[in-house]
Amino acid sequence: MTEAVSAAISIAFHGLAFAMVLYLVSVGLSVTMGLMGFVNLAHGVFAAAGGYVMTTLFNDYGVPFPAAAAIAAIVVGAASVAIERTLYRRFYGGDELDQVLLTIAIVFMSVAAAKYFWGSSQQPMHPPPYLSGQIEVLGRDFPTYRSFIIASGAVLVTLLWFGLDRTRLGAKIRASVDNRRMAQSVGIDTSGLFSFTFALGTGLAALGGALGAELWPIFPGYSLDHLIYFLIVVAVGGLGTIRGPFFAALLLGVADTAFKYLLPEFGSFFIYALTLAVLLWRPKGLFGQIGRT
Amino acid sequence: MGKESVAYAPPHPAPLPPNGAERGIPPALETRGLDKSFGALAVTHAVDFRLERGARHALIGPNGAGKTTFVNLVTGALRPSAGAIFLDGADITPLSQDRRVKLGIARTYQINTLFRGLSVLENVCLAIGERLGLGGRLFRPVGLRRDVIEAAYALLERLRLAEDAGRLVRELPYGRQRLVEIAVALGLEPKVLLLDEPAAGVPSAESGIIVDVIETLPADLALLIIEHDMELVFRLARRITVLVQGAILVEGTPAEIAADARVREVYLGERTRH
Amino acid sequence: MSAAATPAAVPEAVRALARRHRFRAYETLPWIAAIGGYFLFPDYLALGAQVFIAILFALATDLILGYGGIITLGQAAFFGAGAYACGLVSAHGWGEPLSLLLIGAAAAALVGFLSGFVVLRATGLTQLMLTLIVAVMLQEAANKANDLTGGANGLQGMEIWPILGLFPFDLYGVAAYLYCLAVLFLGWLVLRTLVHSPFGRSLTGIRESEARMNAIGSPVFRRRLAAYVISAALAGVAGALAAETTQLVALDALSFDRSGGVVIMLIVGGIGRLYGGFIGVPLYMIAQDRFAEIDPVYWYFWIGLFLLLVVLFARGGMIGLGETLWRRLKFIPLRPWGRRG
Repeated sequence: MTEAVSAAISIAFHGLAFAMVLYLVSVGLSVTMGLMGFVNLAHGVFAAAGGYVMTTLFNDYGVPFPAAAAIAAIVVGAASVAIERTLYRRFYGGDELDQVLLTIAIVFMSVAAAKYFWGSSQQPMHPPPYLSGQIEVLGRDFPTYRSFIIASGAVLVTLLWFGLDRTRLGAKIRASVDNRRMAQSVGIDTSGLFSFTFALGTGLAALGGALGAELWPIFPGYSLDHLIYFLIVVAVGGLGTIRGPFFAALLLGVADTAFKYLLPEFGSFFIYALTLAVLLWRPKGLFGQIGRT
Repeated sequence: MGKESVAYAPPHPAPLPPNGAERGIPPALETRGLDKSFGALAVTHAVDFRLERGARHALIGPNGAGKTTFVNLVTGALRPSAGAIFLDGADITPLSQDRRVKLGIARTYQINTLFRGLSVLENVCLAIGERLGLGGRLFRPVGLRRDVIEAAYALLERLRLAEDAGRLVRELPYGRQRLVEIAVALGLEPKVLLLDEPAAGVPSAESGIIVDVIETLPADLALLIIEHDMELVFRLARRITVLVQGAILVEGTPAEIAADARVREVYLGERTRH
Repeated sequence: MSAAATPAAVPEAVRALARRHRFRAYETLPWIAAIGGYFLFPDYLALGAQVFIAILFALATDLILGYGGIITLGQAAFFGAGAYACGLVSAHGWGEPLSLLLIGAAAAALVGFLSGFVVLRATGLTQLMLTLIVAVMLQEAANKANDLTGGANGLQGMEIWPILGLFPFDLYGVAAYLYCLAVLFLGWLVLRTLVHSPFGRSLTGIRESEARMNAIGSPVFRRRLAAYVISAALAGVAGALAAETTQLVALDALSFDRSGGVVIMLIVGGIGRLYGGFIGVPLYMIAQDRFAEIDPVYWYFWIGLFLLLVVLFARGGMIGLGETLWRRLKFIPLRPWGRRG
């Protein structure tokens, strides 16, 4: 029994850590899709930016890791508002193809810019001593850093959901995601709300990129290489939902870890096949609202 | 069934007796026990409805009563949670939307749903082409079907849209687009026509065109019209059904509906609050 | 000029619609340019052949993207399926080029048919993701099936016989140039016929309003699937052509660069107009070449900036820009921009 159980626990553990990163990075994409109806293929750029800011602060300026990650989220979130106001906003409710071209352009430019400022190699990421090594839980050793990702991810997800459920702002966001026209007609300032929600989404993505820098190394092609994973999380979860991507990220994180552990020679093939199967069964995703078009 | 069967005397010359069912002729359209719910929310509840041949029937009710949902169920845009839909006595519940259209059900939309980037003429041509079963043809250019184009143009003339035939739909004022809605539906030469608030957004100067068109529809066509403009309803309809919270409240002649206390309370009461 | 055909009473709108499919003088321009290129740039014929292949690929994509309104980032699946099918058959002893084009088309059409059932049931971002997934899945499969496809090293041992048994592929690309031009011409003719046919117009209708198309009794899913399969087959022909002219198939035939590239080239040229590829492909290839020469490390930045400028200031691509300028010159009031069928 021991070997199989140990493999299962290992898969579940690493899958969970991966899922947390996936969710943090992707949830903003689901919201921009649902709230603004915007196909943002450049979403990964914000995650990569978070990773770059964090690694630079942490490696070059000796800023403590948690502070560096938090600063990365805030800086990227704030900076993204400028992009949202100048570029994205013009294309809300417009042609999806324009959105695709715009965001591909942003990806191209950001890839080159990252190369210019940080070079083409991966950003080194060595967790601080207190997050290195293993910790023992129930007589079993787990990597400390990944345990930290799981724990901080769980805290963030709880805060996010609680905030959306219990605060006035959260209620406005939920109402607008559900029905934008209705929200506008009851006097919600959707323009300000869009900027805020966009910043929240990109800030979370930056945080995900920063926290996940050890799992998914930061390099110039980050946003393009992982694009398909972000899209899978959002599509399988159900566009425009906030909780759906979490369960999709769990499924993807654990399944991907399992496939790569058990059938490494097939790479991501089975993950793609699984995604196709899920969406053949439910084209609107696992948690997409039926009847809403 | 079991609705109060009120015979009515049609003000217009009608080829059929008041109630086809008495002679064993199935109604043009019928629903039995139609239910639709989204999750816990029931938007259509146990609707038994008959639309006789040649009917000029209005469906009214307050906002959110489920009128448009009813149209979506009948046309097949939505699947009912329970119940059945009959066209000429035949069960069409399992049929897809395009099959139902081929059998003669056509609709318009409450909010313009047109091919905005195409010309008015081509909007109607597409409908006529589909009716004739040309839509899947791969080779012969549409331009060589002069008959289709000319039939579309004739229809536009009827709706006084001919001068706009060559313009893109999105360039037209909203009210003119409402007329294109009707033209596209008429291009299908339906047996059952469902008009979802055809006059909403139409300037009063042009709503006369809609009345004229409806009055010149073929006598055996069954018309169901959803409308908020009561003047229009009482002018056109020979029979009215009132839908409230997804269920039929009452059905009768315009005179009966106007006199009905429940209708005044629920529907007209709601209207006067505006 | 047959005077009897158009009496004065025929309304202008009717006449315009009845004449829309007729050939216009400007439509000869690409072909004049292509034949002129043959004589003017004899040293660049091999490159020219690749440009024709890319244009054919863009044409195939325009059918579903510009006319069908299906946003795809997975066209490489069909290009690659055509290329690998052609390559595999020729490596196994059958090298007749014309039949290999058909084999490529059939293989790609099959991929299009099967994937269409998943892709076309979804919408928006999900659909985009699914097109992407189909392509990366095939790429992953081709990569892993080392014994069959040569994996990352590419497929070896292709042997292509002379075209029609008469014209062998030569080092200068003369045969390839003319062969690809001929296939492109045929592909263009097929597509031009399709977009003016009732089927093509109903596709445009679906792009403009799927709900209304349903409401006039059109079997929307079937139409889309048919368009998807036709587009796939044509993309497969482009892939097979690429395999034949380069005598090589590598994983990049299935890559995201190829899927994304064709869409970008098409948008730069102008979608839904049949000629977007003819303008966008050469323009983008030249731009890419220039930027890569000026700034070999960061040329992606300039390509990105170029795309940003296109999306901000040249909506409708170069053709859209041309139309706008033309109308300005003629002092005709501007219409809101949109794709036109």
